[in-house]
Amino acid sequence: DPFHGEAPIAMEKMEAYKRGSEYDTKNIRNKNLKRRMKSSEEKYNSAVKRAARYELLLTEEPGFLETEEGEESWSIDQRTIADAADIASANKHFELKLNQFGPYRIDYTRNGRHLLIGGRRGHVAAFDWITKQLTCEMNVMEAVQDVKSLCIGAFSCNLYRFNIELYTNRDVKMQCILSNINSVKLQILFQKYNFAWNSINQHGFLQYTDVSIGNIVSTINTKGGRLNIMCHNPHNAVVLLGHHNGSVTMWTPNQKEPVVKMLCHNTAIRALAVDQCGNYLATSGQDRKMKIYDVRMFKPLHSYQLHTGPSNLCFSQRNLLAATCQNVVQIYKDPCEHPYLTHRLRLPVEDVAFCPYEDVLGVGGSDSFVSLLVPGAGEANYDAFESNPNRSKKQRREWEVKALLEKIQPDMISLDPMVLSKVDHVSMERLRKDKEERMGFVEETAKFEPKHKNKGRSKSGNVEKRKQKVHGATIREQIKEEMKAKREKLLKAEESSLDQIAVVDNQTGDTTEFKNALTRKSALDRFKK
Amino acid sequence: MKVKVLSRNPDDYLRETKRDIHKVFRNYNPVLHPFEAPREYLRALNATKLDRVFAKPFIASLDGHRDGVCCMCRHRKKLSSIFSGSCDGEIRQWNLTNRQCIRTLQGHTGFVRGLTCSADGNMFISVGDDKTIKHWNTDALSEGRDFPINTLVTKSLYTGVDHHWTEATYATCGQTVDIWNLERAEPIRVYKWGMDSVNSVRFNPVETNLCISTVVDRSIRLYDIRAAVPLNKVTLKLKSNVAVWNPMEAYVFTAANEDHNLYTFDMRKLDAAVNVHTDHTDAVLDVDYSPTGREFVSGSYDRSIRIFPVLSSGKSREVYHTKRMQRVFTVRWSADNRYILSGSDETNIRMWKARASEKLGMVTPREKAATVYNDKLKEKFAYHPQVKRIARHRHVPKSIYQAMKEKRLIKESQRKKEQNVRMHSKHGSVPRVVEKKKHIVTFQE
Repeated sequence: DPFHGEAPIAMEKMEAYKRGSEYDTKNIRNKNLKRRMKSSEEKYNSAVKRAARYELLLTEEPGFLETEEGEESWSIDQRTIADAADIASANKHFELKLNQFGPYRIDYTRNGRHLLIGGRRGHVAAFDWITKQLTCEMNVMEAVQDVKSLCIGAFSCNLYRFNIELYTNRDVKMQCILSNINSVKLQILFQKYNFAWNSINQHGFLQYTDVSIGNIVSTINTKGGRLNIMCHNPHNAVVLLGHHNGSVTMWTPNQKEPVVKMLCHNTAIRALAVDQCGNYLATSGQDRKMKIYDVRMFKPLHSYQLHTGPSNLCFSQRNLLAATCQNVVQIYKDPCEHPYLTHRLRLPVEDVAFCPYEDVLGVGGSDSFVSLLVPGAGEANYDAFESNPNRSKKQRREWEVKALLEKIQPDMISLDPMVLSKVDHVSMERLRKDKEERMGFVEETAKFEPKHKNKGRSKSGNVEKRKQKVHGATIREQIKEEMKAKREKLLKAEESSLDQIAVVDNQTGDTTEFKNALTRKSALDRFKK
Repeated sequence: MKVKVLSRNPDDYLRETKRDIHKVFRNYNPVLHPFEAPREYLRALNATKLDRVFAKPFIASLDGHRDGVCCMCRHRKKLSSIFSGSCDGEIRQWNLTNRQCIRTLQGHTGFVRGLTCSADGNMFISVGDDKTIKHWNTDALSEGRDFPINTLVTKSLYTGVDHHWTEATYATCGQTVDIWNLERAEPIRVYKWGMDSVNSVRFNPVETNLCISTVVDRSIRLYDIRAAVPLNKVTLKLKSNVAVWNPMEAYVFTAANEDHNLYTFDMRKLDAAVNVHTDHTDAVLDVDYSPTGREFVSGSYDRSIRIFPVLSSGKSREVYHTKRMQRVFTVRWSADNRYILSGSDETNIRMWKARASEKLGMVTPREKAATVYNDKLKEKFAYHPQVKRIARHRHVPKSIYQAMKEKRLIKESQRKKEQNVRMHSKHGSVPRVVEKKKHIVTFQE
């Protein structure tokens, strides 16, 4: 066999599965701890390697659109794409004429199987959009501001003028949450791993509600004026708000102040979106600009000048960005001049959402719902334990229980979601200080006691001596430099004092000789007292 | 123009028939698994909580004795068989599988002081307050099952007995330590150290001629039964009731002391204890190692049983007690490492699980995998305050709780006092002595 052993894995592939840099065990003195750390590090590395190797078993390839010479991808219309694609995919492009109750807000479920639409004039419907099977349909007889699908039992949640109501998929009203009756709620946001939704209102209040128990976790006065732009960072569950002065603020439920405040535009913000990995933030403003920011560094990466500022922004799983300008939907791939795809509706667009695990973009318009084909938008290989589009009823129930058990508590939300698995140096230091205060003395670290070994260079005493020598050398170097600096300082001071003396002698006349006499040393100096 | 739109063939993703298992596709890309750390933490927290919910350690009580159970021994070849002796001289053999007494013997008049099983498992030996040593057949169905095979009448009282691990030799302790051969009526060797009597004797399971004894003069002595003089001894501040060998690292032994502590020693270095196990609130009467050698169980006069890990902080992992259990005279860990037996003053032998929340009976592979995963998570997040608090919390009877509080108070005040003395003395005249050396009076190599 010329290729014996395991097939090599590319470093870039491994990089994607790493959770941080390798831990350096070199400086650990405790042998037992060192051994344990090494073994855990090995396990971690092998896990990374195996995960990278597992990519071989991922069966599906993501979609793509390749154009010929002289053909522009943004000029290709949906009909052409649907004709070129296979029949099953072509069926995913459809339009629903809904000219009575619009404009429509839309939302897909977490596994991408069901679609929820809600018309401003009270029409709410949920259906399996692939088979076009209707799950429920009703008119709630009130103005619907926003609809969100919750993952538990395909509940839907509608937002009216005054309150939020929860419905099951059987038209049964579950819960009605009246929180701040005097205010008009403008938008809600459902966080899937927290079973929580955020709502904002015209008085600048951000409210964080736990859906699973129906409690209001926190209400924060953002002091940012009327709020209607909100999105959340799917990577760390931090809520982003867009303000009228062009700033974007980030909020966690456990802090009354924004964790981050950044000025993104010179005019009011119109829309916000953060991608799946929590790396990029897309913003659009009244200044007709669309900007891409790096959320980790809080730095701008790219800026587009458009005809109008997009009113809706949405990232797909594979980082395609959908932006709606009045009645035009534009989809951007990488930062470049032209969009990847465009689509024009008859009337202005109200809402857009990418369908998870499918190459589909749902567009809620003023009088219709359109499902667009966007090749390369969705993640090709799903993880069935995370969200499974093909799950059975039993699997769904089991998953719901598991998901509720793993509900992330509001106090765990912070900018760095991995903070829980890191070493807590701060508390350790505090505990040490407390102990010292309590005990009344500083615990001494054990002094080195040489082991009794008979021969060889590696005698533990000699090793320690050598170590001390190296350690001493650095200290000596440091001391030398310090002394040098001190000497120079002294010399300077002396010179300045000489200058002063020279100035004094200027009045008498002969400066140089006096100065020379002071600086030049004579042989007789040593007898001076 | 070339277009490919994602389209999954349902045949690849759905099972063919209802009898098939569901197809589960995995993708380990971290982007699809957000909130890794908080979710793992919550899983660990839930696992810890469930651990406490399912902690039901008490299995059964073996009742039948008419007086307190003062000694027990395991059958060396059979998992399901144990022997117990009570304060009225009765010896019982039990079947642990159906939790029934299979034989009752009137062994001695007065206490049964010690029981031990022979290396081949055919015979067990009992010593009692009537100054006799009796050899019995372990087979409960043999013909002469009601009578001893052999009875040796001796001059002095014996307090304990232990059988050699390979040879037909056993040792008894009392006024002296006597080494007996099964064929002879007289001891083959007699050890006597001063005027003090000996509490216990145990053979080393690996270096089989090595013995350990605890003596009333507060010392623990090590000796080789082939030699006339003992090897070395260590004297503690108070008397040790029993010392047992670690079956896996047979140079380590643990002594149950009257000062509420247990001391683990390395026999090669007796100047300091390897670990001091403090949690009991009264004298510790018996101790027994798990067959893995990682943990041991101790029974105390404070009416509780505690399980300690050998290494680590010296705090107990678990405490078992019931309302009815009185002073625990004897404890044994079963040879399959799953059960603990305790014999106490109120005539019962109690059977406990060694791991309180372990599921008994058949475990499916999925359950097993889940347990392994949960254990790993618990280990990973063990130091988080929430997890630690839940995992550590144990309910103890009021008497123990008060005693623990009092002990803590005493310890704190002693520490403060020592600190004050040190502060007002000449520098270095009041040295700090570590806990592991504090309780050792002398040691002889």
